[in-house]
Amino acid sequence: MLVKGKPLVAVVSAGLSKFGKMEGFTGRELFIEAVGDALQRCPDINLRKDVKAVFVGMMSESFEHQGHIAPMLADWAGLLPAPAIRTEVACASSAAALRMGIFSILSGLYDVVLVGGLEKMTKRSTLEATEFLGMAADFPFEQWTGVTFPGLYALMATAHMHRYGTTEEQMGLVAVKNHHNGALNPKAHLQREVTLDKVLNSRMIAYPLKLYDCSLISDGASCAILTRPDIAGKYTDKPVYIIGSGQGSDSLALSQRDDLTSLRAARYAAREAYEMAGIKPRDIDVAEVHDCFTIAEIIAYEDLGFCKRGEGGRFIEDGTPMLDGELPINTSGGLKSKGHPVGATGVAQIYEVFLQLTGQAGKRQVEGCDIGLTHNVGGSGATCFVHILKGG
Amino acid sequence: MGKEDECEAPQFTIEQFYRFLSEKKLMAARCIKCGTKYLPPRPICSNCYSRSLDWIQLETRGKLITYTIIHVAPPRLQSLVPYAYGILELEDGLRLPGMIRGIPDNEIRIGMELEVTFESAASEDWPKWPMYYFKPPR
Repeated sequence: MLVKGKPLVAVVSAGLSKFGKMEGFTGRELFIEAVGDALQRCPDINLRKDVKAVFVGMMSESFEHQGHIAPMLADWAGLLPAPAIRTEVACASSAAALRMGIFSILSGLYDVVLVGGLEKMTKRSTLEATEFLGMAADFPFEQWTGVTFPGLYALMATAHMHRYGTTEEQMGLVAVKNHHNGALNPKAHLQREVTLDKVLNSRMIAYPLKLYDCSLISDGASCAILTRPDIAGKYTDKPVYIIGSGQGSDSLALSQRDDLTSLRAARYAAREAYEMAGIKPRDIDVAEVHDCFTIAEIIAYEDLGFCKRGEGGRFIEDGTPMLDGELPINTSGGLKSKGHPVGATGVAQIYEVFLQLTGQAGKRQVEGCDIGLTHNVGGSGATCFVHILKGG
Repeated sequence: MGKEDECEAPQFTIEQFYRFLSEKKLMAARCIKCGTKYLPPRPICSNCYSRSLDWIQLETRGKLITYTIIHVAPPRLQSLVPYAYGILELEDGLRLPGMIRGIPDNEIRIGMELEVTFESAASEDWPKWPMYYFKPPR
């Protein structure tokens, strides 16, 4: 029986590999870098003895021509013979791994599990990566007829601009903000500032989205160690608790959705997570949201209830989500600047909020934050997860 | 099902939708029990789970509800870039996404009327479905 605001699980540690064009490294090597990072942050855990199951997200076998990755990653992380399962819901694959980890602990079956994700994307050409990512769209009516992933978000952006007057400049400000934050994150893919001028004058990918409106094709891996809330103290003095977990689905094809300017799956997931946590959007101190394209972050502000529908453009213009604003969003640099190795992203967001709530976020630390939120979208929005975390 | 089995009505499948397209017909499925319409067709109604369906032929004119101009495409379509792409709202709110041709990019507007046109030759590539496009009505 779930009680509002009661911890579902504890996050006792989290780890991240460096994100970027990690030449010379395969996905599994990046994954154990993330596991090693988590272990360093939580030296009291005995991974081999304590971890009873592994859940890992990866979107596509095509990048490395490698399927059946879960037991292989358990092996490389030194966790054999613990059971291991891969989860796949496009760019939300590791939030799914996290949620399966939560379920496995809530079921009473396991006390400690390891969740994470990875994607090794940059050894492929941009065209190949575009094709593999496109597989998350509806094949007979989207891929076949010529739309790309940036194209699907561009269709949402055009609709949002037409309906609400959202501008290319407002979308550009999301990129400027996230690059500013990413410049402060030593694990980010692109650690440099960009100007609004540079964003607006970058080359067109899918009108109205330009190169700097798009997240990066990156390599990287993430992990988190979850425990039953009542035993977290065995492993760390500073656990973070997951107090809300929501997930929603929608039609795979964008054209089948009633509203092209909002993600129903995200609104559903948010409502479920807020209700479980017993909190309101205004209680959130820091958030990592799925900015696969700048318009996606603007829509996320609205779907998560941080502002009203149609006001996402003004929300960024007013500076609210800036690092020194009232509600800092994507302090990590987001998918835009930290990078977007798709299968790693969901748990990478948990990693950032874990750092923020335990005071380990370095130059991008938000002072006095207690409640954080993550929002991870699969594909063009057929899947969305929202998780709410609270400091110990 | 063996080839000797002759169905009375063509199956309500995506393959059949594309077979109709190659005959220059835009066909949707309608649930006889609850009236829900499907484009693409579905063999079982997701609203009431009925298997009693019939085919309806749609008007090919519709209203453009959103669009983009794609500059980076997968290898199969890279030779066509930049190309316009949008979602057309047809009768009864049914929607179809597709490429837009025959109009300069800077003249494309949300709300404009376009019509579905059919390319009858099936593609050589898997899965060998014909293509369709949207263009200004004649």
